[in-house]
Amino acid sequence: MTGPRGAAPADYQDTPLRPYVLTGGRARPSRNTIALDTLLVATGPASDLPVSASRQERALLRMCTRLLSLAEAAAHLELPVSVVSVLASDLVDAGRLTARTSIPPAARPDQDLLQEVLDGLRKLR
Amino acid sequence: MVSGSSAEDHRYLPDSVEQAVKLLVVGAFGVGKTTLIGSVSEIAPLRTEETMTAASIGVDDLAGLAAKTTTTVAMDFGRVTLNPRLALYLFGTPGQRRFWDLWEGLAEGALGVLVIVDTRRLEDSFEVLEQLELRGLPFAVAVNHFPDTPRHHTVENLRQALDLLEETPVVMCDARQRRASLDALITLVEYVMRSAESAQEVPV
Ligand SMILES: Nc1nc2c(ncn2[C@@H]2O[C@H](COP(=O)(O)OP(=O)(O)O)[C@@H](O)[C@H]2O)c(=O)[nH]1
Ligand SMILES: [Mg+2]
Repeated sequence: MTGPRGAAPADYQDTPLRPYVLTGGRARPSRNTIALDTLLVATGPASDLPVSASRQERALLRMCTRLLSLAEAAAHLELPVSVVSVLASDLVDAGRLTARTSIPPAARPDQDLLQEVLDGLRKLR
Repeated sequence: MVSGSSAEDHRYLPDSVEQAVKLLVVGAFGVGKTTLIGSVSEIAPLRTEETMTAASIGVDDLAGLAAKTTTTVAMDFGRVTLNPRLALYLFGTPGQRRFWDLWEGLAEGALGVLVIVDTRRLEDSFEVLEQLELRGLPFAVAVNHFPDTPRHHTVENLRQALDLLEETPVVMCDARQRRASLDALITLVEYVMRSAESAQEVPV
C-alpha cells in the first residue's frame, strides 16, 4: 500500500473520467446535507424501487439495509464518495433512505458533545 | 451478494447510534495516517477514492489534457463506536494544498484535525499547517517517531521549527500503538473543547 519513501504511492493515479456519467452528469448532490459521516438507513427493501431506478441506486439501498455512513457505503460499493452522495440525496428525496445528519457545516459543536467524544476515547485507553 | 452473512453484519453500526462525528487525520505521504487510524478503528480501515479534474488541481499547463484525465485521490478511514448513541469517524487525507479543495465540502463539520508530522521531512507539513490556520480549523500536531528520526528534536524545537502558536498542542506519537494514537486524539479533542470554550467568551 505504501511505496518507497518519497515516491508517489499508488494512492494517486491518473484515470479516465467516468463517475460523472453514473450520476447523469451532475457532479453535486441536490442537497447539501449529506456528508462523509452522515448515517444512512433504508426505509424499505430495494425491490420497492421503481423499475426506472439505476443499478447504483439499488446497490446503495441494498447496502443500507442497516445503519452505515456515506463513506462506508461508498467504500463497500467501490464508488467515489461524490457519486454515492448524489445517489443518496436522490434516495433521501424519494423517501427511500433516511439520513441521520451530522453536524451542520457552519455550526460549532457544543461542549456536551465534545465531552461525550472525550469520555468515549478515554474509555478505550 | 448474499445478505445476512455475519461478515456483512459486522459492517454495520448498532441501530442505537443516533449521531456521528468526525476528525480528520492529515499529513504527507507515508507519515502514518492509515497506521494511526487502523490502530484505533474497530473496523479494518476502509478506502474511498475520489476524482479530481485536472483543472481543480490547478495544473494550468496541462490545458490540452484537462478534459480527458482526472486524478484519483485515495482516502482511508476508520470508525469507533464511542457509546451506544455516538460514532466517531477518522478520515485520513493527504496534506498538500492541491488536495484541499476536493475535501473542503466533505470535511465540513469535522470537530478538529490531527496533523501528523515526520521530523525527517518537516517542510512537508508547512503547507497544511498554513491551510489549517487560514481556515480556522482547530488542530493538534502529532510527531510520529520512525527508527531514523533525529533525536535532537524536542517539542519546543519543533514548535519553533513549525512556527506554531503557543496554544497548539504538540504530542509525540507512535502511530502503531493504539494507546499512543488514542492519546493524540484525546489531546486534540481536549484542545477543541478549550478553544470552543474561549470562543464562547465573547465580550458583551
Ligand atoms: N516506526 C514507525 N513506523 C511507522 C509509524 N507510523 C507508520 N509507520 C510505518 O510507515 C509506513 C507508512 O505508514 P502509513 O500509515 O501507510 O502512512 P500514510 O501514507 O500517511 O497513510 C508504514 O510502513 C507504517 O508501518 C510509527 O509511528 N513508527
Ligand atoms: Mg494512507
